[in-house]
Amino acid sequence: MNEQNDFEARLRQARRKQGLEKDAGQGGNDHPDGLPPNAFQIGMRAGVEVVSALIAGAGLGWLLDHWLGSWPWLFMVFFVVGGVAGVMNVYRLFNPRTGARK
Amino acid sequence: MAAEGKTIDALSQFELHTALGPIGAAVNFTQSNAHMLAASVIIVLIMTLGMAPRAVVPGRFQALAETFYEFVENLVAGQVGHEGKRYFPFVFALFMFVLFGNVLGLFPYAFTYTSHIAVTFGLAFLVFAVTTLVALALHGKKFFGYFFPEGAPLWLAPIIVPVEVVSYLSRPISLSVRLFANMVAGHVLLKVFATFVVLLGGLGAVGPLVAVLPLGVNVLLIGFELLVAFLQAYVFAILTSIYLHDAVHLH
Repeated sequence: MNEQNDFEARLRQARRKQGLEKDAGQGGNDHPDGLPPNAFQIGMRAGVEVVSALIAGAGLGWLLDHWLGSWPWLFMVFFVVGGVAGVMNVYRLFNPRTGARK
Repeated sequence: MAAEGKTIDALSQFELHTALGPIGAAVNFTQSNAHMLAASVIIVLIMTLGMAPRAVVPGRFQALAETFYEFVENLVAGQVGHEGKRYFPFVFALFMFVLFGNVLGLFPYAFTYTSHIAVTFGLAFLVFAVTTLVALALHGKKFFGYFFPEGAPLWLAPIIVPVEVVSYLSRPISLSVRLFANMVAGHVLLKVFATFVVLLGGLGAVGPLVAVLPLGVNVLLIGFELLVAFLQAYVFAILTSIYLHDAVHLH
């Protein structure tokens, strides 16, 4: 029994040293997605979020224009809306909706 | 192959060809489809053969299958919560399909089906449709309140609602572009450095000595690509879980 406890303690210590232990108090708070705190990856994610929101906004505007025949006005409006949504996506990346997580 | 004509041809590896000879050509069965089929068969074999012994102390094969299962189960339970167990099969299937697509593509002569935006967008659109349907089924009309946060002044609605809608619609795009861009970038890098090896190797007496450098870079890149292959499958699965969390809890 004693030997078993000793082994668990040593295992935990080794895991903490390797950064595998999650309960050290930093798990999930500042990185709600559980993604590793790697600056390059965060940059990539933010970039992809902005570009995809722009594509979604411009695409939606283009579709609505083709449907309503109002080219290019809605396209221009939704292009700006897409840019705003992209900024909001990046904001959400770091500040998720309140009360959303657990 | 790529060094023909002394040029760097990094993109031809993503071209589709029909597989399985004349039968495949008749029904447009490409090598991409063949790799999807191979990945699905390998996944099914790992899970069924791995679970067959049902031993209390797992052997190597069973431990492999259990590791995959527990990894995704922890991920889904951690993100979606206890109600998330229902969506575990969906996330597990997506994770395994993306993971094996990425990893199989690193083998020589293999094709990476996740390097095509059509495939990744298909998967991402599936995620988008499922999460939207789950939210509609669980919350009905209240789902549309998602696009207007509570407590915001009403006169801001004409600005907030379109922005929220576009932000919601951008989810499948960012999900698919991230996976697709990562896989394409990695394979292009590998191909470019592999072409350097061939081009430099042909430069007379000193050529082979210099060619060792890009070869070394490629050895490192393969290791890095293995990491990216796993990480992107993980990111795909965890973002699916986050979207499911939003659909189930709706804020």
